[in-house]
Amino acid sequence: MRTGEALSPTDEAELAEAVRAADVPLRIVGGGTRDIGRPVDGQVLSVAGLSGVTLYEPGALTLVVRAGTPLAEIEALLAGQNQRLPFEPMDHRGLLGTKGAPTIGGAIAANVSGPRRVQVGAARDFVLGARFVDGSGTVISNGGRVMKNVTGTDLARLICGAHGTLGMLTEVSLKVLPDVSFAADLTFEGLDDGAAVAAMSDALGTPFEVTGAAHDALAGTTRLRLEGAEASVRYRAGALAQRLSRYGAARTCDNCAARWAAIRDAAPFHGTDDDVWRVHARPSAAAGLVARADARRTLYDWGGGLIWIGCAPGTDLRARLGDFDGHATLVRAGEGTRRAIPPFAPPSTPIAGLSAGLRARFDPRGILNPGLME
Amino acid sequence: MEMPAPDARVMARKSSVVGRLRAALTDKRAVIDDPAETRAYECDALTAYRCAPLCVVLPATTQEVSAILRICHEAGVPVVPRGSGTSLAGGALPTADCVVLGVSRMDGVLETHLGDRIIRVQTGRTNLAVTGAVEADGFFYAPDPSSQLACAIAGNIAMNSGGAHCLKYGVTTNNLVGVTMVLMDGTIVEFGGAHMDAGGLDLLAVICGSEGQLGVVTEATLRILPRPEGARPVLIGFDDSEVAGACVAEIIRAGVLPVAIEFMDRLCIEACEAFAHAGYPDCEALLIVEVEGSEAEIDAQLATILDIARRHDPVELRESRSAEESARIWLGRKSAFGAMGQIGDYMCLDGTIPVSALPKVLGRIGALSRDYGLRVGNVFHAGDGNMHPLILYDANAPGDLEKCEAMGADILRLCVEVGGCLTGEHGVGIEKRDLMGVQFGPADLEAQMRVKDVFDPGWLLNPAKVFPLQTSAGRRERNRGPAPGAPEVLSAR
Repeated sequence: MRTGEALSPTDEAELAEAVRAADVPLRIVGGGTRDIGRPVDGQVLSVAGLSGVTLYEPGALTLVVRAGTPLAEIEALLAGQNQRLPFEPMDHRGLLGTKGAPTIGGAIAANVSGPRRVQVGAARDFVLGARFVDGSGTVISNGGRVMKNVTGTDLARLICGAHGTLGMLTEVSLKVLPDVSFAADLTFEGLDDGAAVAAMSDALGTPFEVTGAAHDALAGTTRLRLEGAEASVRYRAGALAQRLSRYGAARTCDNCAARWAAIRDAAPFHGTDDDVWRVHARPSAAAGLVARADARRTLYDWGGGLIWIGCAPGTDLRARLGDFDGHATLVRAGEGTRRAIPPFAPPSTPIAGLSAGLRARFDPRGILNPGLME
Repeated sequence: MEMPAPDARVMARKSSVVGRLRAALTDKRAVIDDPAETRAYECDALTAYRCAPLCVVLPATTQEVSAILRICHEAGVPVVPRGSGTSLAGGALPTADCVVLGVSRMDGVLETHLGDRIIRVQTGRTNLAVTGAVEADGFFYAPDPSSQLACAIAGNIAMNSGGAHCLKYGVTTNNLVGVTMVLMDGTIVEFGGAHMDAGGLDLLAVICGSEGQLGVVTEATLRILPRPEGARPVLIGFDDSEVAGACVAEIIRAGVLPVAIEFMDRLCIEACEAFAHAGYPDCEALLIVEVEGSEAEIDAQLATILDIARRHDPVELRESRSAEESARIWLGRKSAFGAMGQIGDYMCLDGTIPVSALPKVLGRIGALSRDYGLRVGNVFHAGDGNMHPLILYDANAPGDLEKCEAMGADILRLCVEVGGCLTGEHGVGIEKRDLMGVQFGPADLEAQMRVKDVFDPGWLLNPAKVFPLQTSAGRRERNRGPAPGAPEVLSAR
């Protein structure tokens, strides 16, 4: 059920007014490319109209943008100054079969990070501040635009990853980093999952700053990425290959950006009919979890800290995995499955209580993406 | 400095509370109620304000922390959590009606896993001892506050501590993946784990930096990183602070990401020289820029940095050629606070500003220094804009501390005015509590207090910190009734 016409405010004040006036639940969208979580029945409220760069200071590594700004626009702006979003946000369109333009607000609201997360941190780690509208239509500002800020409670990070359930982002300040001039991959073929994870852990335990460590179980390829100045990358690639010689001879491949885009976007699952799960786990437990998953397809990223698992539609993967240090999110499945199996792992009783308490205070009427994370 | 009046009803029950706490703990000596001994806990590193607590408890396990909090919750006794007591913001300042809960006895390593790149520790462990547990394996824990020899992980989490190397490695919140925390009612909760990105709402984000207001963190899982092959600093001296500031921005723009860019002005340079004899040049400002990697990588990065520096008319360029020279370059900076202490009493501020505002802010601080007649030394993490102006005053001169505090407030207002914040890594505590309204509007503060309402509905945990007293009064009094007496004014010693 989708109620009424979409609300499309063009600035923060209009958005706040729309929330205050709302008398039905709201389904919040940015570019509409990340349909994740339990389906929300409600009136569509689009934040896409709140677009544009408020401030960009390359010398301070700082970017302040409105939530509806398309990621492509931001990436082009940063590239012009040889900078980038370090957390390499995934583009969900291929996996979810969605159209539209991914926005920064959507990436932050869903804490979307790509392969580089293993080295530099997640989207939330680059959030310096945020402005958002809570469920009563109040505009709240938190954090700021400086690198170090411990003033008060960190609501900006709390909002990041809350999928709009505590408030709607209107503006976000981000730390950006210099782009790199060169990248090279070391690849190993034919490692089983256990050996691949061990090789990735060994690589990430070296000082050579591996910024991507992925293993495509179907193709049998283990891929390690190094980035930086060319001489430095060449040196580290050589040293790393030597350090990992017990896993076989590594091949080197220069500037394989397309390969990493495919890993980032979970390309092995595009166009399949699998239900697709994202499992966050300790790398040392990853291969054991996969052995229990009875998966159709598996892709390890983050050195084994993230496992993409494809299962037959309707499978409750959590039941197969049992208890482990981590959690499993059902990212892609039909609406029926996403109503039957909670897409987000149910939290422990005390955390469920705290989360419900926060939602009751930030969204007392329960109108912001209600139930999406439950 | 105003604090709420201690609750006479709580103080009247001291012996019953102490008796119940003692009964709950295995080691009876872990409850300290003799006024001669509780005095050791009357302040933290913000020594200007002191107040002995009702009693102090030093539990040995998470279960004991839970029992203590349950007793205090039932008895309506406020609790002030304490790590090592090194807060510069008064984060662990007691009230006369509170129980100080110190985690210093809980300092063990629970698990180290190099493959998963994590360590799990009890939070009484010191920051440096975390690195100590993994350095033989070639790993380290990245956040490195100046007090790292003494400060506990509990306090690092409470304040979201940073350090000199944050530009590359981030602060505590970027290196914390899981905690065990005890809520005020005694409930033990696990947040996150040893995996990346905890599920559900990012509650770790609000716990880290919550200044002991949401719960008592007893165990923490931290990211550990492989130690770089090498690191080398370069020292650059300038005849003009503003030019030094411009050089910082250009280095960052050039695409090299140093692990640290430290700045010192003339007063600090002279103080450090007199104290540590580091051989610093006689100049208006100096930068210490450190890069990491293999020898060749370091050479390449430093070449870029020195190129930029030369375009800014440096009066000194000193590239380290040995471990000994590197240590000498860092020697003065690392002893800066001690060196300033030799000149006189000082108050250390912690505002952060956009790097681009550096020249303007340095100029305005100089003007304020002249207006107030107080000397100010500047030593700070320039790469991330986290300033540490040190205002010199004379604690024995009547009115000098007040003048210094007023000037400090003016500097922090200036930081906010140029787009920065009140505190970059020390925390709000009591020190900046009443300035929060400069940075946040009423709705912003209300939203932050909602989080505490959820975790600590009775406002018993570190209740008179972080938020302006008037702003939090209704919440603090809702459960305990209005304070029976007039607010207490803690005078500086």
